[in-house]
Amino acid sequence: MNFEQIVSNIKTSLGEEIILSTDENASPKAIIINAENLVEVMGFLQKDDQLYFDSLSCITGLDNGPESNTMEMIYNLYSIPYDHHLMMKVELSREKPVIDSLCSLWKTADWQEREVYDMYGIHFNNHPDLRRILMPADWDGFPLRKDYQEQEYYRGIKVEY
Amino acid sequence: MGLLDRNIQKGGIVISKLDDLINWARLSSMWPMAFGTACCAIEFMGAQSTPYDLDRFGIVPFASPRQADVMIVAGTVTFKMADRVRRLYEQMAEPRYVVSMGSCSNCGGPYWEHGYHVVKGVDRIIPVDVYVPGCPPRPEALIGGLLKLQEKIRRETIVAPKAIEKLLEEKAKVA
Amino acid sequence: MANQVQYIFDKENLRKSAPQKFKSEDLKREEMIINIGPQHPSTHGVLRLEVLAKGEEVIEVVPHLGYLHRCFEKHAENLPYNQVIPFVDRMDYLAAMNTEHAYAMGVERMLGIDKIIPKRVEYIRVLVAELNRLASHFIALGSYGMDIGAVTAFFWMTRDREHIVRLLEWASGARMLYNYIWVGGLFYDLPVGFEERCLEFTTYLKPKIKELERVVIDNKIFIDRTANVGVLPVDLAINYGITGPMLRGSGLKYDLRKVDGYSVYPEIDFDIPVGKGEAGTLGDCWDRTWVRVQECYESIKIIEQCLEKLKTEHKRTRDFDPRALAPKKIRPKAQDFYIRAENPKGETGFFFRADGRSDVPFRCKARGASFVNLSIINELAKGGLISDLVAVIGSIDIVLGEVDR
Repeated sequence: MNFEQIVSNIKTSLGEEIILSTDENASPKAIIINAENLVEVMGFLQKDDQLYFDSLSCITGLDNGPESNTMEMIYNLYSIPYDHHLMMKVELSREKPVIDSLCSLWKTADWQEREVYDMYGIHFNNHPDLRRILMPADWDGFPLRKDYQEQEYYRGIKVEY
Repeated sequence: MGLLDRNIQKGGIVISKLDDLINWARLSSMWPMAFGTACCAIEFMGAQSTPYDLDRFGIVPFASPRQADVMIVAGTVTFKMADRVRRLYEQMAEPRYVVSMGSCSNCGGPYWEHGYHVVKGVDRIIPVDVYVPGCPPRPEALIGGLLKLQEKIRRETIVAPKAIEKLLEEKAKVA
Repeated sequence: MANQVQYIFDKENLRKSAPQKFKSEDLKREEMIINIGPQHPSTHGVLRLEVLAKGEEVIEVVPHLGYLHRCFEKHAENLPYNQVIPFVDRMDYLAAMNTEHAYAMGVERMLGIDKIIPKRVEYIRVLVAELNRLASHFIALGSYGMDIGAVTAFFWMTRDREHIVRLLEWASGARMLYNYIWVGGLFYDLPVGFEERCLEFTTYLKPKIKELERVVIDNKIFIDRTANVGVLPVDLAINYGITGPMLRGSGLKYDLRKVDGYSVYPEIDFDIPVGKGEAGTLGDCWDRTWVRVQECYESIKIIEQCLEKLKTEHKRTRDFDPRALAPKKIRPKAQDFYIRAENPKGETGFFFRADGRSDVPFRCKARGASFVNLSIINELAKGGLISDLVAVIGSIDIVLGEVDR
């Protein structure tokens, strides 16, 4: 199934306006949706007999920096039986980045979302266990944000070289 | 037959300095703690295995810090690991030695500039005796480092060094 | 340049930096918390597991990660594309070539030069990647044997791994972290005589793997420790995003070398071993280990075919320069790109965002196979014994460098 068919399938089942735009330049080709519709669209993609995206390969968080003042979440989907790919992008505001968790659909989302929370501070609603995963629990700030400043000392050890 | 054996057969008495005896005992059974943090741990494992065979130096990895003499910090130490490394060091019994293996634990290695979560040198957490450079160091380099540590132990003495005695005398005079 | 010790000790430090999930006040009768790691020899690195146990039975396992978080993504955002490759090596340090291959392939596809890479370069890439896959599986099998009480396997496997490491050192100059596969080419052509030596090695290796199979895999003690332990059904595995030998051990024939057919893999004839549940249930620890051993045979097959091609069709010539196509300035046009490839542990993916204005990726996210595979550990170990937990960790085959990145 190619990208056009996937898009038209989503549009016929969930309505025309659910897809904000598409990005044909990306590889695999991407669709952009609103944060409110994420769980609905993802649930449809996973359950639908013709699409059947059973594997969520990768969840990426992304910070566009203070100038554009947005953050993004990018999901890479793959269907093992039908061998088709899809990229899904969601834009979030930088002041209050909140998005719904996908843990109810894919268990793999659990740790990957925790990692995004750890690195960017994006908050996931309905996540069963949203804690820091890689950094120490008492670390300041979210290290992959573009305006991140390293803390000077941790346990009395100088952080910079 | 060796010189030592012949002496023992003659009269059964060997005269040596206590320092030498203790140092000889210490340096010929340096048990490192079997723990690795990153890539260097694989080379540490390689050094223990058949082609390099650390056992011939009396170096047998031991899993518990309580019985270990040497801590080989094999790999990057992160800030989350820093508390752990310190705790493990404190659990070891004296005399204890630390070998810092690899560039990462020497000075941060390739992560020195942008590694916000990497401790730039394990010597900021615990005192280090021998530094082994390399990323990762070859098993030969690690063995070289351990031989250096043996040399260091060989020069140790149980009485306080002359310099410290002098300092203590000076302090006593001032007081 | 020895530093001063700067660390300030406080009793609460450990509790503050990595707090436990369970509290001892909330425990029920007979329950206890056991903390395994991060310096435990059977956790394959610095993995820490918080185990809630009732006697000998595991009720829940909570892994704590991040003890080797080396900020790969921060480095990738600050360095040009070609300078990221050494950091890619240090991510999965047991299979550096495979990860390099995935990364270089991704950047080449973004630049649009992947179709013009010479065949000889591609064959050499596949050759070294498969050699490294063997080395990675050897460590996995050897240390797995040691975890559950068969020390022989470890010594045998490190002995054979040393041969591979020395072959790769001959080609690239480094023993573990190579920086050999470059964007658009290779660091250097294979040294003269490499093909013959490598062929000698494969003929030496084949009976050795048979021997390993006889001593470890078919051993009664090994079967008793691993069969029917940590059974992973396929649907759960897919839901958890599991890939690689773990997924194949559960009986799904899914290998990205075949599915995506990247590089020269479509031209090479090899099988994909899948678990059959011969010793116990389908998808248990024994099946996963068995798949790894069978993959060693397949890797040898691939290596022999690559060598054949490198000796006949794509011979070494005097004027062949593997760096000829390596671009001096790497600046892909603005796009989002996801590349994935088969690592010994599973699917390694890289997500790139290029902004088209700079030589530095705007964002480069690495999807570690071990990171995703490890997330299932609670499901596998729940309800089993603590000794089975060790068998489960070993069968997942994690590399902490890739888990924490």
